[in-house]
Amino acid sequence: MMPRSIASLRVISDSRPRAILPSPILGMLIFVIAEMMMFAGLMSAFSIVKAGALGWPPPGQPRLPVEATAFNTAVLLASAAFLYVANRTYARNRNLAKRPLFTAMGLGVFFVSFQGYEWVSLIRQGLTLTSSNHGSFFYLIVGMHGLHAIAGLSVLGWAALQLSRGRLAPSSFAATQVFWYFVVGLWPVLYFMVYL
Amino acid sequence: MAESIPADATHGHDVHHHAEQSFWSKYVFSTDHKMIAMQYMFTGMAMALIGGFMAYAFRMQLAFPGIEVPGYGTVTATDYNALVTNHGTIMIFWVAMPVLIAAFGNFLIPLMIGCDDMVFPKINRLSYQIFLLSAIVLISSFFVPGGGFGGGWTAYPPLSAKGEYNLTSLGSSLWLVAVALEFVAFLLGGINFVTTAMNARAPGMKMFDIPIVVWLIVVASILFMASVGPLIAGAVMLFMDQNIGTAFFDPDKGGDPVLWQHLFWFFGHPEVYVVLLPAMGITAEIMCVFARKKMFAYKTFIYTTFGTGVLSFTVWAHHQFVAGIDPRMANIFTVTTLLISIPIAEMCFIYIATLYGGSIRLTTPMLWALAFVAEFLIGGVTGIFLGASGADIYFHDTYFVLAHFHYTFFPIAIIGTFAGFTYWFPKMFGKMMNETLGKIHFWGTIIPFNGIFIPLFVLGGAGQHRRIYNYQHFPDLAGVEMQDLRVFATVSLIIMLAFQLVFFYNCFISWRKKEKDAGKNPWKANTLEWTAESPPPHGNWPELPTVYRGPYEYSVPGREEDYYPQNVPG
Repeated sequence: MMPRSIASLRVISDSRPRAILPSPILGMLIFVIAEMMMFAGLMSAFSIVKAGALGWPPPGQPRLPVEATAFNTAVLLASAAFLYVANRTYARNRNLAKRPLFTAMGLGVFFVSFQGYEWVSLIRQGLTLTSSNHGSFFYLIVGMHGLHAIAGLSVLGWAALQLSRGRLAPSSFAATQVFWYFVVGLWPVLYFMVYL
Repeated sequence: MAESIPADATHGHDVHHHAEQSFWSKYVFSTDHKMIAMQYMFTGMAMALIGGFMAYAFRMQLAFPGIEVPGYGTVTATDYNALVTNHGTIMIFWVAMPVLIAAFGNFLIPLMIGCDDMVFPKINRLSYQIFLLSAIVLISSFFVPGGGFGGGWTAYPPLSAKGEYNLTSLGSSLWLVAVALEFVAFLLGGINFVTTAMNARAPGMKMFDIPIVVWLIVVASILFMASVGPLIAGAVMLFMDQNIGTAFFDPDKGGDPVLWQHLFWFFGHPEVYVVLLPAMGITAEIMCVFARKKMFAYKTFIYTTFGTGVLSFTVWAHHQFVAGIDPRMANIFTVTTLLISIPIAEMCFIYIATLYGGSIRLTTPMLWALAFVAEFLIGGVTGIFLGASGADIYFHDTYFVLAHFHYTFFPIAIIGTFAGFTYWFPKMFGKMMNETLGKIHFWGTIIPFNGIFIPLFVLGGAGQHRRIYNYQHFPDLAGVEMQDLRVFATVSLIIMLAFQLVFFYNCFISWRKKEKDAGKNPWKANTLEWTAESPPPHGNWPELPTVYRGPYEYSVPGREEDYYPQNVPG
């Protein structure tokens, strides 16, 4: 995401028309919109199949761990809150931003690991990709979100690395935040649709 | 392309502006938007040759069933399925998209808005590399056990979902992977297009000083990015159905095959406008220049484009009229489908109003532009028949659909490309093309094109279904009159393909010319790309231009020349 052409570097400095948003943020926003549409596609497919089924979840299939995942949802939301704090701190003093940023990442890692733990126990109980459409959609949607969470954590890791080297540009940091807020903001919606 | 260093190359730069580049960094791993545009352009044209050859092979089979096709051999039923499927896939995803959006978008956006490169040059390069990989994956699918995917370019399950139905389990998975990779490539490209056009315009260039073609490529990119997500979701689900054994689209196990059709066409219909809009933009540029007139209703045109974009998301289910959707829903989609013809008709009227009273020069690009409007109108008008759910029940899956579809996509992908390519060729290579050869190529393409598809309208009206290997097996369709029309279409196709040699010969001799005879501005056009050297050096301008007016100030009263470039103060 590092802009290299002089176009992007000059946007603010010369007499060009004012950029509507810094380029990294705008680019990331467009990407996030495309991603949202992908999840919208998954969720509409899910609700169509669910509405056409006789009973949901199908009989004989294990129930999803609603309470444990509610806790995990709270962990993920807390991660976003710490990222927000990191951003506020970054604006005042870049060196102090590291701690809240690492906390946000740690909570994100916890979320992903906990989801993985949940998957393992669900597979033991007999919910697999091919056991029913319930299982297929569960692993597809949650797994897709998990992949995005891992990608988001990598991007945050990159930001943390740049921050510790003192090279993190404000607009790049903002772009990584946009992606992580997307990952976090999407989750409660998925939770309501898939788990409840 | 990197002979001269821009004057400002000393600050804020990395390797990508160094004067001496090796062959690899100049032609293969370049981040220069013009080089990436050329890569997309020539990859797209090579794929067009492959797609055209496929059309030749299966049209020969239809006209002369069982014949040993010269240059191909006998077309078996499995071959036939793979050929029609991949002809459609290639022509849309590997020709229309890369050439119209990626090649022209890359070439034109930075040059027309007065900027030295894309905002994210490395993402741009990555976009082409992924695209090239996707093309390789698609072509390789022909050489795996079972051969290429043969389930139709729309890949409807359950046929596409199971190896035991389509008999090409590996080919169909590779097809899906190729399509998905290609979408990732254009997603990256589209992010660049929108961000660059919004953020990196030349000083003085206001929103409504942006040339129409840039606006339309931006809108097309937004449409693409907003519609592609559901198809990627669907592709992942289909891939899992094929390879893991899930049952998203398998009605036996509670899945829903029509679901794929919704996911596919939610993307597939906006996709038509994704490729249509750049072609319309190219046409608009050419018409203004060769009619020497100001664009009629510039702002209305752009607002109409926005309207088309929004409406294009509400029409997709007209592809499912016979798939068992609720007739009340079919009514709604009939209305929206007929509605969308209004903005497109409006845009055609704007073209006509732009031409009206102009001093028209019938150069090769102008001929292509005029042909685009004329031929696309036939495609648009026949679309109304299909958009009405009642008529569609009869026409669905006949050659009428096929002919309609080609009357929209051929003008978009082929005529639009030739219009743009012949118009910007002097800028791309610094040399003029031969006009006589250009006109021979034009007529040699347009006349046979109509010769191919008008018979197919007639055949479709007579009830000839698509995707049938040999019509001699169907007593109702095996008559001599119908077979004659098929032969006529096939012969027209061969003539049209033969005339493409004229185009390549013309490109070759023009490119080989010793002197660069184009100059900066051979067409006397206003837009910024004509103020750069031809071909523009790396960085485009020594000093970035400043914009003083809109792009279409032709024949301004009281001015000596009949054009008024955007960068001239006053």
